[in-house]
Amino acid sequence: MKILVCVSNVPDTTTKITFTDNNTQFNTNGVQFILNPYDEIALSRAIELTDGGKGEVTVINVGEVNTEATIRKALAIGATDAIRINAKPHDAWYVAYQIAEYVKANPFDLILTGRESIDYNGSKVAGMLGELLDLPSVSIIKKLDAADKEATVEREIEGGKELLTIPYPFVAGTAEGVAEPKIPNMRGIMSARTKPLAVVEPVEVKTYSEVLSYETPAPRGQVKLVPADETAKLVELLHTEARVI
Amino acid sequence: MSVLIYAENAGGKFKKSIFEAVTYARAIADQNKTNLVAISIGDVSKDELAALGKYGAEKVLNVSGDKLKNFVNQAYASIIAEAAKKQGADIVVLSNTFSGRGLAPRLGVKLQAGVADGAVALPEQNGGKFTIKKTAFSGKAFAIVELTSANKVIALVPNSYKVVETGGTAQVEDFAAETKDSDFRAIIKEIVRSTDKISLPDAEIVVSAGRGLKGPENWGMVEELAELLGAATACSKPVSDAGWRPHSEHVGQTGIAVSPNLYIAIGISGAIQHLAGISSSKVIVVINKDPEAPFFKVADYGIVGDAFEVVPQLIAAVKEYKASA
Repeated sequence: MKILVCVSNVPDTTTKITFTDNNTQFNTNGVQFILNPYDEIALSRAIELTDGGKGEVTVINVGEVNTEATIRKALAIGATDAIRINAKPHDAWYVAYQIAEYVKANPFDLILTGRESIDYNGSKVAGMLGELLDLPSVSIIKKLDAADKEATVEREIEGGKELLTIPYPFVAGTAEGVAEPKIPNMRGIMSARTKPLAVVEPVEVKTYSEVLSYETPAPRGQVKLVPADETAKLVELLHTEARVI
Repeated sequence: MSVLIYAENAGGKFKKSIFEAVTYARAIADQNKTNLVAISIGDVSKDELAALGKYGAEKVLNVSGDKLKNFVNQAYASIIAEAAKKQGADIVVLSNTFSGRGLAPRLGVKLQAGVADGAVALPEQNGGKFTIKKTAFSGKAFAIVELTSANKVIALVPNSYKVVETGGTAQVEDFAAETKDSDFRAIIKEIVRSTDKISLPDAEIVVSAGRGLKGPENWGMVEELAELLGAATACSKPVSDAGWRPHSEHVGQTGIAVSPNLYIAIGISGAIQHLAGISSSKVIVVINKDPEAPFFKVADYGIVGDAFEVVPQLIAAVKEYKASA
């Protein structure tokens, strides 16, 4: 089985988010970039599914040269090889289009993405890839079991879950539960240095969205503390002052 | 030109998040001095469909059929895109639910449209420029995004727009849409609904607990408080990682982002990753025995105390309030 895992390079989850240039640019100063946590889950499941010579896992990233540390991490975790499409990821449409063009020339049985990236939270790449490649796509999956001709996936729905079977090839966006993230071992880290990482130039594509600026949430007021033995007062405040119950 | 809203049903009924999305779509239609058409797919009664008129839909397209009883991403996207084209709708509005987030990108490609998922406010339209505010960095910030395409797809975050009833009724029309066999390659085998539980992403009140509860056996009081308040239950990442609660309850940067009217955090210290997922909650209540817990810095109300003493008292206080209400 040939699996493609789409990975993003995102700010570490502990990052305090600030902006520069009159709130038009994300301030990358001092920010550590990591493999998107949801993509790490997708990658870990792909490695489990191909364990013991049952297939190969390719990771693909749309990014400039500074994303290579993240790509090497994916190789250290166990991916077979990697592709970097040499471009700044403008938006989800741009990223999905570049990956779709690559997949048209290099087909895979299964394409995995994380359910969303933790920077723009779009959860769009999986669905867009499905549409661009005319493949089924299923988002926010919690479980992925692969048989010969089809996979069984469990998808989260509001107030429950849904079990689906999908024939290959298809695209899936994975969430927690699909696999435990794998930690690279020393052998993985050493071998990642020599694994193939191909750089592919992007195709030209029109984009449909542009981030103009950013805002940070309005600061909240001072906390109103209620003594521990006066819970009735809290209930009253929630009813009369906050008007939420 | 018109606006099309996809009215997603849950078991034949529309939830509040859909009324919010219809109200929101109505406001966009008003901005553009155009009409609002809703589309529903699946088994929904004519009365339920017509009720979308109360929130400003003039017409409701009803699509039903055996194959469409359950949500199939690819087929539903084909139908909504076809309806948008036939109605001349250049703006399609969805609710940013799990299904909405599966549909929006497919619609974006089908309609060659810019997609604003996670929208939290009405778009601004000035001199042909269409900008919209959406969540970014897992709730740590917002991005103002310009959609430069002629067609646009917007997915509205539940609880971010107030429902307004206009009191109208909508005309319901059957809509025959073409679907291809290839749209049904994903086959639904089973749906398990936990009917007694309130769905977390669109809950108006969320009661959440963390490691301070010491173990899964202590969640009874969390569930009791949630039930009394008509709230969904949630947890922090260490709790779902430890297997005390299911992953589907994990709220935070790598879990579900919520924006309820009231978020009650019990025994959660307030790590930056957790705060990211709850920062758009309107009112935050924190119960923690550590007065230095970072969560108090973002809370509106707080109780410094032991959860095992405070929560049972709070349950009693809520019961008393409800009895007197």
